[in-house]
Amino acid sequence: MGFADQFWQLTVDGLMVGSLYAVIALGYTLVYGVLQLINFAHSEVFMLGAFGGLFAARGLLPGGATPSGPASVGLVAAGLAVGAACGAAAAFILERVAYRPLRRRSAPRLAYLISAIGASLFAVNLAGKEFGRQNVPVPDLFTNGTLFHVFGAQVSTQTVVVLGAAVVMLVLLDRLVARTRLGQGIRAVAQDADTAVLMGVNVERVIILTFVIGGLLAGAGGFLYAMTFNASYNMGFVPGVKAFTAAVLGGIGNVRGAMLGGILLGLVESYGGYVFQASYKDVIAFLVLVGILMVRPSGLLGVRLGRAA
Amino acid sequence: MLLELADVEVSYGAIPALRGVRLEVAEGEIVTLLGANGAGKTTTLRSISGLLRPRRGEIYLDGRPLSSIPAHTLVGLGVSHVPEGRRVFAGMTVRENLLMGAYHDRRHVREGTERVFTLFPRLAERASQLGGTLSGGEQQMLAIGRALMSRPRLMLLDEPSMGLAPRIIQTIFEVIVEINRAGVAVLLVEQNAVQALRIAHRGYVLENGQVALTGSGADLLADDRVRQAYLGEDIPTG
Ligand SMILES: Nc1ncnc2c1ncn2[C@@H]1O[C@H](COP(=O)(O)OP(=O)(O)O)[C@@H](O)[C@H]1O
Ligand SMILES: [Mg+2]
Repeated sequence: MGFADQFWQLTVDGLMVGSLYAVIALGYTLVYGVLQLINFAHSEVFMLGAFGGLFAARGLLPGGATPSGPASVGLVAAGLAVGAACGAAAAFILERVAYRPLRRRSAPRLAYLISAIGASLFAVNLAGKEFGRQNVPVPDLFTNGTLFHVFGAQVSTQTVVVLGAAVVMLVLLDRLVARTRLGQGIRAVAQDADTAVLMGVNVERVIILTFVIGGLLAGAGGFLYAMTFNASYNMGFVPGVKAFTAAVLGGIGNVRGAMLGGILLGLVESYGGYVFQASYKDVIAFLVLVGILMVRPSGLLGVRLGRAA
Repeated sequence: MLLELADVEVSYGAIPALRGVRLEVAEGEIVTLLGANGAGKTTTLRSISGLLRPRRGEIYLDGRPLSSIPAHTLVGLGVSHVPEGRRVFAGMTVRENLLMGAYHDRRHVREGTERVFTLFPRLAERASQLGGTLSGGEQQMLAIGRALMSRPRLMLLDEPSMGLAPRIIQTIFEVIVEINRAGVAVLLVEQNAVQALRIAHRGYVLENGQVALTGSGADLLADDRVRQAYLGEDIPTG
């Protein structure tokens, strides 16, 4: 079969993965917006959220046959909620332990990077020790099968769940940043922190809440990712790098840019992996990044958080 | 006393910028703070707002020391600061910028916005435009309007006339007087000494981080040293 025959299937698959990249990318971009800091430990927030959701789903799962109907919906919702909560908790602790003390001392940029790498290694190895160093599958929470076709492409229950949940999160986050008081505070700090203070914005509070929001998204995203690709102690690395790439692609600091970058990256990978070879996926993804940054160094939508909302 | 600076010393690292500044602003006053570039005017305002912390001395608002009060709560105490260079949020619309001014208290957004649009009709026409796309004059209007949104008792203005055309400067000064008539005390930092002294009740002249001269607006306008140093006039000696 040629590319044209597979186009819609590749699009559906690419959108699913891309929407997860977008969800994770928001964490990088929001934190960058308020702190001009790349939170390299964000990938571990994602991993810890995945395990949290997985354990919750496993714990709640009744024995016997694969659940269906309301039980499935409840289990997925519980996995998402606990995953999000674990991600938020991990991000909160990360900010308090790895970054805030540096901020108090006005540490140089390099210190943050080293702190991030340290926190990341710590979390990965703790997870490896506690959860084992093999893949851990999420139990079946619903019967997966083809739900419907779009232009001949099969759309599975799994795809609908993942893509649906991811899109809901993206829309909610976009509205939060554009419409709420907290969102306004986040944008103000990102654009001009000193002036934000003059307006009465509690910058420390905005920073911690930004980490928590990024953690909620990454944690829930981690659970969705694990439903498709299993969980493991080092599962954060590759999607983390991809999501970071997506954030840069869209313009780091820019909320809609991160969403666009994630979706684009998912699609390009999906098409590229088919046209060339699945093992070239990552090569293609990063070639695209380099290509776009050569033409538009500040990313597709530019760097400002405020412009995104 | 609404605002009082008692021997305030501020430094950047080891380099002192304010060396014992004493200054007062009473309710209802317009007080202007003059001085050459680098005299310490902006440092004074940023210290009042809590963005910088004095190394020595104390700043009092209604007799209450500000040293232990977090900077972001100051707007709630009635102080609003129009920073040097306007600093409007470039990626937010005019309306959103005004909303930022009411960040700490959202109860009076509608009346506040109406009032700003009455004061500056130009802003009403540009309500949905991004702050970054406005002209310098419009940005200054927006910065002042944003500061009014918090219903301040004391407004700190840092060189509002900087880089503006004379006609716009005229408008800005008229609005400052109007704001003051409505009961807001004003601490006005200016390079534009004549115009500032004309509307001010009192003034201070800052030199090298210290108050070199102080007096009523009219007295300072007539003072030879002021005329020589800040108005560029040659005073015959001898
Ligand atoms: N961020 C800073 N770091 C170091 N020195 C500064 C900084 N800001 C101002 N200064 C110095 O402090 C002094 C006072 O500056 P400033 O308050 O900005 O003066 P003005 O507003 O009267 O022009 C100047 O000597 C200036 O060079
Ligand atoms: Mg200045």
